Amino acid sequence: MDKLRERAAALLADGTVALVIGYEEGTNKPRPLFCHTAEDAGKLIYDSRCINNLAVYLTKKELMGTEKVAITATIPVLRSILQLSVENQLNEEKILVITVTEQGELKEFAGFAEIESYIADFQLKLSGKEQEIIEKLEGMTREERFEFWMKELSHCFKCYACRAACPLCYCTKCIVEENRPQWINPWAAPLANIEWHINRAMHMAGRCIGCGACGDACPLGIPIQLLTRKMMEDLGPEFGFVPGQPSKNGNALSTWKADDKENFIR
Amino acid sequence: MEIKYISKEGLNEWFSQIVKSGKRVYAPVRERGQVEFKRVQALSEVAEDYIQTTQSIKSSVFPRAEVLFSFEKENGKVAVEDFNPDAVKETVLWKVHPCDAAGFKPLTAIFNWDYKDKLYNTHLEKTTLVTFSCAKADNSCFCTSVNGGPGNTAGSDVQLTMMPEGGAIVEILTPKGEALIQLAVSAFEKDKGEDKSKYLVDVPKVFDVEEIKARLATAFDSPVWKEQSERCLGCGACAFVCPTCACFDIQEDAHGSKGKRIRCWDACGFSLFTLHTSGHNPRAVQSQRWRQRILHKFSYMPDRLSVLGCTGCGRCSRACPVDMNILEHLISIAKK
Repeated sequence: MDKLRERAAALLADGTVALVIGYEEGTNKPRPLFCHTAEDAGKLIYDSRCINNLAVYLTKKELMGTEKVAITATIPVLRSILQLSVENQLNEEKILVITVTEQGELKEFAGFAEIESYIADFQLKLSGKEQEIIEKLEGMTREERFEFWMKELSHCFKCYACRAACPLCYCTKCIVEENRPQWINPWAAPLANIEWHINRAMHMAGRCIGCGACGDACPLGIPIQLLTRKMMEDLGPEFGFVPGQPSKNGNALSTWKADDKENFIR
Repeated sequence: MEIKYISKEGLNEWFSQIVKSGKRVYAPVRERGQVEFKRVQALSEVAEDYIQTTQSIKSSVFPRAEVLFSFEKENGKVAVEDFNPDAVKETVLWKVHPCDAAGFKPLTAIFNWDYKDKLYNTHLEKTTLVTFSCAKADNSCFCTSVNGGPGNTAGSDVQLTMMPEGGAIVEILTPKGEALIQLAVSAFEKDKGEDKSKYLVDVPKVFDVEEIKARLATAFDSPVWKEQSERCLGCGACAFVCPTCACFDIQEDAHGSKGKRIRCWDACGFSLFTLHTSGHNPRAVQSQRWRQRILHKFSYMPDRLSVLGCTGCGRCSRACPVDMNILEHLISIAKK
């Protein structure tokens, strides 16, 4: 941790970067921290309790400005950075990515390609509890599954914390805010809620990197991350990508290739 | 105000008489790892041993989505079906915390400011609040700093203070509360003269709200808003769990020749909230939206409605995905 603080302080002091995005101690758990000065860097922490996906800030113009920014990246943050870069949302020249290895060493990446080879060694794993719910869901009939999700999603009050916490929900105008035509009913009600969550999940198809930030952010404890997680598993074999690795094939539902095996479209 | 005592058995009897009376009873229930207000039939369903429900009781008077009126066009004529107050059922909210009951005062001020809102006022008239004073708090609670307290009775119709043996001190505060007691008069006993305050949790007062108000009067251009809001994600979790936030949007659900006009929750923290049709947004960045949230609650509402827009329930801090801790921010404003 001292090495991270020292390095961040040095980067800020010599003007290499204008901002370091990292974590600090919060009220009951770590929270995102924005260091503008070498002094701020003294508050940085980095440990297994740091679960906010900081990559969400990398597409916010008002925070990023024009100067170079450093980010302390956990594995999910590294995955998000790669996916954002595949989607042309990041300027490689303006971002310095730093991580702390499992051995506690500070590692600075020369570029996104180096992140990609580093991340290849890390498999995406579901927590035991999530795996348990997925198995339970797989054991259900179609009707039971629908009922499970209707019940869970009926609690949603559309605060959109799931969308706000997701690094890959970066649209400046979301489909739920479109009103000409209004694709999705914007109020909170069971049917309107399921419309929103199915749409969100579909927009994540082949793009979600499985960080679980959406589920962690939900104040009502709805396990929405399972929708996109399960879809990652299902889409993997069909669209040829590995869960947790960046997908260069784009959004599975908005791409088309001449050699797609389905022939209904030809 | 009248004070009585009720035993554990008496409480059960009273509760079952309330349910029997046909009123809908909502109380905190533990479900899916959370505690939320749900419709209940028996006292045994009511959750114990928790600090706070995730959501406030706001939705009972200001639902997440409510039909203002519906309409149908036929042969060139339009039939409008207005909101029907008679269809609103009598409701009892059981085991409400004093900070939630206090939230009805700012809500009432908002919904009667320049226009008396028929929907809100109907729900309010048909709602009876049975509050339980607080024996527990956590580090997000700050009711005493915003003129409330763990035993505050403002907004309550009846307040119970639970005693270790399972009985309770009963404070009957309003005619509505008296009517609820009348449902099971024999369940109540004479006041035992116990001091309620010894059963209340101690929530220390940590800032002076008048001081904050004075500082906010000149803080519009302060750099504090940007400093505090950098990590804010701009979601509406804080507003939606808040007992006093009342931003709403009006939407239309129309299909062919008929439809409904719906009022639904909105939040000033959303980037779209102030976006004009022209494309201009007077609150273009999150720091301006965060400033609006704080100024609205601690400056504009006290000025215009003579009521604070915060009851210190701490829900916004607990619900925030990135730990925007309002108490911490208010303390820092008080110190500036």
